[in-house]
Formats: sequence, C-alpha cells, structure tokens
Amino acid sequence: MNRFVAMVLTLSVTLSPSAFGDDSKRLRIISWADYVPADVAAQFKKETGISVEVTLSNNEEMISKLRATGGAGFDLAQPSQDRIIGAQREFSIYKPLDLTKVKLDQFVPSLLETTRKNTTVNGQTYGLPYLWGTDGLVVNTKRAQINDFLDLCKPDFKGKTAMRLKRPTMMAFAFALGKDPFALYGDPKAYSALMEQVGATLIACKRNIKFFYDNKDQLLNGFRSGEITAAMMWDSGGWKLNRENPDILYIAPKSGALGWLDTYAIPAKGRNDAGAYAWINFTMRPDVAARITKVIGSFTASKGADALVDPLLQAQFAKSLPDAALKNIKWYPAIPSGLEEMEGRILDRVKAAN
Amino acid sequence: MNTPALDLELRDVIKRYGDHTAVNELSFAVPRGSFFSILGPSGCGKTTLLRMIAGFISPDSGDVYIGGVNMKNIAPNRRPVNMVFQQLALFPMMSVGENVAYGLARRGVARLEQKKKVADMLARVGLAGSENKPVDALSGGQRQRVAIARSLVLEPTLLLLDEPLGALDLKLREHMKLELKQLQAAFGTTFVYITHDQSEALVLSDRVAVMNNGRFEQIGSPQELYYAAATPFVASFVGANNRIDGVLKGIASGIGDVVTSTGVSFFAKISARASVGSTTQVFIRPESISLYRQQPSLSGQMSCYQGAVTSLLFDGANSSVLLQELTSGLEFRVALPQTGHLSDLKTGERVYFSFDPERALGYLAEPSTRV
Amino acid sequence: MSEPANRTQSRLLLALLLIPGVLWLVLLILLPHVDLAILSLKPHAGAGTQQLSLSQYGTFFEEPLYWHVFVRTALVSGLSTLLTLLVAFPIAWTIAKIAKERTRSYLFLACLIPFWISETVRTLGWMILLRESGVLPALLVKLGITNAPIEMLYHDATILIGLVYTSLLFMVVPLVSSLESLDNSLIEAAYDLGGKGLTVLRTIVLPHAAPGITAGCIVVFMMTLGNYLTPTLLGGKNSQWFTEQIYTQFITRFNWEQGAAFGFLLLSLSVAMVWAGLKVSGQQFADVMRRA
Repeated sequence: MNRFVAMVLTLSVTLSPSAFGDDSKRLRIISWADYVPADVAAQFKKETGISVEVTLSNNEEMISKLRATGGAGFDLAQPSQDRIIGAQREFSIYKPLDLTKVKLDQFVPSLLETTRKNTTVNGQTYGLPYLWGTDGLVVNTKRAQINDFLDLCKPDFKGKTAMRLKRPTMMAFAFALGKDPFALYGDPKAYSALMEQVGATLIACKRNIKFFYDNKDQLLNGFRSGEITAAMMWDSGGWKLNRENPDILYIAPKSGALGWLDTYAIPAKGRNDAGAYAWINFTMRPDVAARITKVIGSFTASKGADALVDPLLQAQFAKSLPDAALKNIKWYPAIPSGLEEMEGRILDRVKAAN
Repeated sequence: MNTPALDLELRDVIKRYGDHTAVNELSFAVPRGSFFSILGPSGCGKTTLLRMIAGFISPDSGDVYIGGVNMKNIAPNRRPVNMVFQQLALFPMMSVGENVAYGLARRGVARLEQKKKVADMLARVGLAGSENKPVDALSGGQRQRVAIARSLVLEPTLLLLDEPLGALDLKLREHMKLELKQLQAAFGTTFVYITHDQSEALVLSDRVAVMNNGRFEQIGSPQELYYAAATPFVASFVGANNRIDGVLKGIASGIGDVVTSTGVSFFAKISARASVGSTTQVFIRPESISLYRQQPSLSGQMSCYQGAVTSLLFDGANSSVLLQELTSGLEFRVALPQTGHLSDLKTGERVYFSFDPERALGYLAEPSTRV
Repeated sequence: MSEPANRTQSRLLLALLLIPGVLWLVLLILLPHVDLAILSLKPHAGAGTQQLSLSQYGTFFEEPLYWHVFVRTALVSGLSTLLTLLVAFPIAWTIAKIAKERTRSYLFLACLIPFWISETVRTLGWMILLRESGVLPALLVKLGITNAPIEMLYHDATILIGLVYTSLLFMVVPLVSSLESLDNSLIEAAYDLGGKGLTVLRTIVLPHAAPGITAGCIVVFMMTLGNYLTPTLLGGKNSQWFTEQIYTQFITRFNWEQGAAFGFLLLSLSVAMVWAGLKVSGQQFADVMRRA
C-alpha cells in the first residue's frame, strides 16, 4: 500500500506543470527562417533569463497552426501586417497588444503608423512592425536584361525562371499588367476578373517556370547552379546572391516593388506576455536590430539601427531601391476575407495547367 | 525371340557438383514395359540420375536416349517422360479433373476430348467421378493415384517415380505397393522408380539397379540381388544380413575358410576377387542359419557354433533372435523357423547354430564401403 | 473466494486489458474521423451559416480542376502500383527461388537500406541525381548522349520512378513470402506435364501468389495514393497530386472544411479500390491482410 502511494506521489510530482519548466522563463516564437538569430537569442537569455524556442513557418502555416489550437502553443507570432485582421476576424487567434508595455519611441514612426493602421480592429491593435523588405526581380545580368515581372515570361527564358505560387506573385503580375489590385479589394467582382486575367497570364508563362519555389534555399541554389536566370524574389536574397556573384542583381521592377512588413503579434492563448514584450523591446534596440539585419539582410523597424548596418548592404539597398523606386513601393493593405479563397482556386488552376 | 525394344538407355552419363561426382559414368538400358527400380541410400546420386532423365538437369557428358531418341537439349516439357514427384506435387489450386487435364490442355487437346480422357483415366485408377473434388479432399492413396493418372493420361514412353511412397504411413505404403504394381501391369508403361527402401524395390521391380557413390553396384532381378549379391555393399544393403570380417586362409572348390581376428573359422563361397591372405567379408542371411537346442551332428563342411541368446525379436512370421557367438563374441541375427518351433527361447539360453557354406558369400573387403 | 466474485474479477481484468486498444481505436482513429466528417459537411468558416450541407463535396464536382487531379492521382497510383509489381516480381522471385541463403539476405538488405533514411532525404537524393545541374544530366552530356544538360525532374515519369522506388519493399515482402511457400516441385511438375514458362507462370505461380500480389498491390496503392512528399518534390510545378490539394486547402487556404471533404473523397477512393481489388482477384480480406 505504501509503495502504491509513493508511486502515485512520484507520478503526480513529475507530471505537474512545473516539471516541464516555468512558463515565464521561456518564449515560444513562431516565425520565419532566420528571424531569430541564435546569438541574439543567447544575449536575450543572458539579460532576462528567458530562453527562446523558435518554430519556423510562413504566413499561411502560422495562421493554420494557431487556428488549430485556438491561438495556443506559441507566445509570439510574426505574420505579415496585411494578414492579421482577416485571420483575427475569422478565427480570433491573437490578443490585443498592451502598447503601454512597449517602448514605442524605439520604432521608426512611419512604419509604426502603417502597421497600427492595418492591424487595428475595434480600436484594439494587434500588430507592431518588426522587419520589412520588398519583392522584386533578381536577375543574372550576364544572361538577361529585364525590367518588369512580365519580362519573366519572354520566350528566351523557357525553363529558366522561378516564382512562388502564392498571392504576392498574383499581386505583382496584376501591377505589371498595369492594374492596381489593392484598389479593387472593395469590388469583389472587378477584383475577381483581374485575378482571372492574372491567372491566364501565369498559365501562359508556365513553360518559362522551372519550379514554384517554397523554400529560400531552393531558389538560392537555383541561381548558384545557373539553372535559374531570373526570378521574382525578395530583396535580401538578391543581395546575398550579389555578394557571391556580382552579376546577379536585385532590381525594383518598373511597375513597382511589393513592400512587405512582418510584425510582432501575440497569440490569443500565449502564456508569456511579459516575455513577449521584453523580446519586442529587446530586439528593437538599435544595436540588437542592426545585428538582426546583418544576419537576415533586411531592415528592421528600429529607429537608428540603419546607421549601424554594414555599408555594403546600405550600398546594395541604395542601388536597388533608388528614391524613385522607394516611392513606388506597393504596400499591402489588409486583405478582406474571402479574397484568398478565390485567389486560391486560380492558383490551383495555374498549378494544374500544362 | 526378338531383343525387346529399349525405352530408356543411358550411355556414359556423368554429372559432377564441384569435387563431388554425383553420377559416375553410368550406362544402362531399360526394356519396354518393364518396372525398373534404382535402389540406393540417400546421397547415392539416384535423384540426380532421375532428374537428368526428366531433363531438369543436364549431364556433364554422356547421352540419354528415350524411345531411341537422344534427349540432348530437349527441355523437360518436350520429353516423352512424366514424373511422379516425391510429395506428388498435385496442384492445390485446381480440382482433381483440372490436375489430370493439365498436360492435355498444354498439348492443346480439345476441351471435350480432354473431358473424356480425364474421365477414362480416373475410372481406370478407381477414381471415377472425382473430377470436381478439390485435391486436398483426397486420402493419401487417392492423391497418389491422381498423380499417376495425371502423368499416364499423356501416354508417356516412360514414367519416372521419385520415392512416391515415402510420405505414406506403413499400412498405406504396403497397400500402395500392390496398387503400383497392378497399375504398371495394367498400363504396360515403362516405370523407372527410385527408392531407398529395398523392400519396395524387391516387391515391385522386374529389375533393380543398386546404386552407390554415383555408380551401379549391380543390376539384376530381385532374386539375383538377394541371393547372389555381386558386392558386399549389395549384400548388406539388400535384405538383412550378418557380416563376418576375417582373413581368407584357404580355398577348396570355391569354399573358403575365413578366420576372424579372434581365431574362429567361418566357411563361405568366395567371390573371384578374394584370394588367400586377403581381408574378406562374409555375409550370411538370417534365414540361412539353422538353430538347435542340442548339438547337432553335421555332415561335410557344415560347422557348428555355440551362442547365447541376447534378445528376442518377435515379429510374427518374421521373428528372429540375436545371438552372441561364444568364442568370437560376434553378433548374429537368426530367423526363427516359421513353424513356431523354438518360439519358447529365453534370453541367456545357450543354443547351437550352423549354416551351409554354399549359402554364405565371401567378398574381398572394400574399406570404402559405407553400409 | 466465491465463484461469482472470481468471474467479476476476471471480467474486470479483461476490461482493463482492452482499455489501451479501445482508447487507441476511439481517440486516435474514430474520433478524428468523425470530427473530420462533420467538418466536411460544414460551409466554409466565416460564411455565417452553420447548417450542414454537401456544398464542399459539390465544389469538388463543380470545379473540373479538382476531380481532374483526383482522377489523375488515382490513375497514376494504379499505374505506379502495376509498375511496382512488374519490378518487384523478378526481385521477389530471385530472393525466394534463385538466391542462396546468403545472397538472399543481402538482396533483402538492398531493398531495405533506402528505408534507413527519411523519405525526404531519399527524395532529395533523387532530385540531386536528376536536376538539370545534377549527376545524371551531366553524365549524359559527358557520354555524348545529349548536347546540353536536360531537366529530368518535374515530369510524370520522374514521379513514377520516385513512387515505384518508395513502394518497392512493400511489394517485395508479401511477394517473397507467398513465393517462398510455393513448392518448387509444383513448378517442375507443371514443366514436366508440358507447360512453358509463361503458362506455368499463369497457371501455377500467379494463382499461388495471388494473395501476396493482392496484399502488395493494396498496400502499395494506398501508400502511393496518400503519398505527399514524392509527387510534390519530384513533380514540382506539374505534380498535381490530390494530397497536395488537401494540404493546400488546410494550410494555405485555411479552408479546413474543403480539405476534410477532399480527405474523405480520397478515403472513399482507397476503400473502393481495395474492395474492387479483392473482388477482381477473388481474395478474402483477412487472408490478404495476413500476407501483408
């Protein structure tokens, strides 16, 4: 009998939550590849005692995973700013941010303002800016000269280009076709017609596409091996390739680069809000933010960090995005719900076309 | 009288596996319509021989003629030979009728014709109307009949049988022996039968070849093998025999005096190869020895020996006793007279025994002989 | 102890012993399926109404794209199962009937080795071999067979190669076990009675191996139908595999309801094919599963 009691006691002790670790001492982040550099996480642990656990993901998976658990399992997420409101309205996966706990003066005011505008529902803010960048064109200038997304479909590049089979590609081609899809967000019928047109363009372009990439290494290796001549790609990837091979350049397309902005958002059932705020304030410190930029190659929303960034990256940035191009960046507005389902069917058709 | 036509003839057939010679320069012929057995211990090469005749393996050299035709490069499915396998190898996925019709169908015989032939054949082996029975619903004996019917329906020149009785129990085996003999007589097909069971070979065959180490030791009628074994191997392998090892001290009119290491003399008819001074083996069958309670008065060359009964082996008409000869310590098996006389012998009892030297056979000892 | 008490105790024991199995069945198999079934009958979240309907299944039939991919997946799976059988049969025959004890275990090992590493790595291995800048195209150029490296990925043939490679072992194992149990003397007897190679195969070997063949085909077909990685990675922009469609619905489109409906459609296809396979080959389910 005594042995039985002892066994039950042992079991209950080992199974109690405390045995798995103190929630306030760990921060579970779901984010993109490289968004949490190891040395930055190490310094954070040294300063606060909180260890960071990262799960790699992308916009769609982030939403799916949080939806599956009703917003549990992670303490911080980093979706793109345009993907927050729709998901929040449909699935309620985030909790409102307590802005009094954030050192707002560390942020670049314009980015902060844009993000707040795009992530506020019923007066509650759900997102803060973290990292931004652009989607444009990467091209091996030794083999090709291109100016805009539609150039990827020129007959000379058969089997030599790549892009993602995701909505940014559709937006890019819509702009390249001379339309403004964002202006049509409120007019589903016109928007749908535009997307059909984009779909037809992509299907016609498919013979040029070597693969639809879904991880960055696949594309980077495609350029390195010479299999890919030109691609729709994000800026930091282009700059990385440029450092390895000066012939490869990242350029802003004539119709405008697409501007994306990834955020900090707190899942509805996050268990360590204090840790999440601490991480936000920590990573927005100019010295820390500059180190993050060095690893990822994209610029953060931290005020004053840009000055600390590697001069080579600054030069690359200036060359790829001169003032005119910078002004021409198309920033994603928040997506109304329902659009993605319709876009999805068109993407499926592109995938199935031969 | 004509010389009978030969259904099977082998000329100088050799088959080696690495260093081992499975079949060593064999030549023999089997006349049409006869029942020919190849008798030998396992590993003597008899299965290899049979499979060469069937065509599953080809000889390293030499030729196989079936019905007078050289079978070189003729595949098993095109030889006028069929085989009854050791485990019978009936096709379990087919009915009895389908099994028997299998070979006919392969020959392209029309369906109606097939049906008729199958029915006839099943009737001849006593299984009329069993066409639709599944194979595993049959008894062991019935299965054997199906296996034979399946082969004979093709009217082969030669039927090969690979120890088909091996898997049966004793009672059924005795019964099937008779059936086989009757079937062969009824069909008149030439049977080539291999077995390690000397009783099967003796009962069934017109002629038997005793095989050992890839060679035939002797080919002859069952009687010849039994009463006039050509070699010590045949003498020991065919039927029960008592063996006496000794040295040949002298010969007079074919009868030799073989003396054991313990100095006891035994007299036997000596084969040509043994000469005075050679190591000799004498074989005497249990039924050739006479037993006496009292010392008998014997004539001529008959010697009398004294022995003690060590065990009694009662087996009805085949009962015998084991004796130990008192001087040499050699053990003898002696058949008891079928009259029942002497059936009251007791273990330990002293008896006298003797045999006619004409019935004992002495050979030059072959050290390599396995028995 | 009295008799009834004893009986109660043994019943209790039986119940305790059954609990893990029943829990596993209910919690991990039954409940998720029921949940998915209900989900598949709901309209897409956010649409407002909560009434159960067949609209998700309707979408499948209305949108030619979806059932094209569905039929294509079924056909390619069937073809790949057939190819696997054709490739696996000689291998199984060699292992079961020709190879000596030692060679046999080496051959088995050769079939097994690919499974020591994960499917992802295996598939990436194929990609390294077949991609335009990969080993095989370079070799073809070196041997003078092609002028420039050709892209060998992203074709239907590539998908088939990958699928056959992945499922080979699952076909070889049941085939070997059913061929091993085939008595050699049956084959010899068939030859002896005048059969030729193909006739013996058709009349003796195949009927005997039928349960093994059916088992292998069912397992391979189901595995292929449900495979995600191989067709997606090797097929690239043209893969069009139904599991990918399900993944897309769940993960990219957040349309769980549609994904659940697709999942059930795939399940019904699987069940239908197994049933048809058993009917055609005249086998019993229990018998076949014992072989697998």
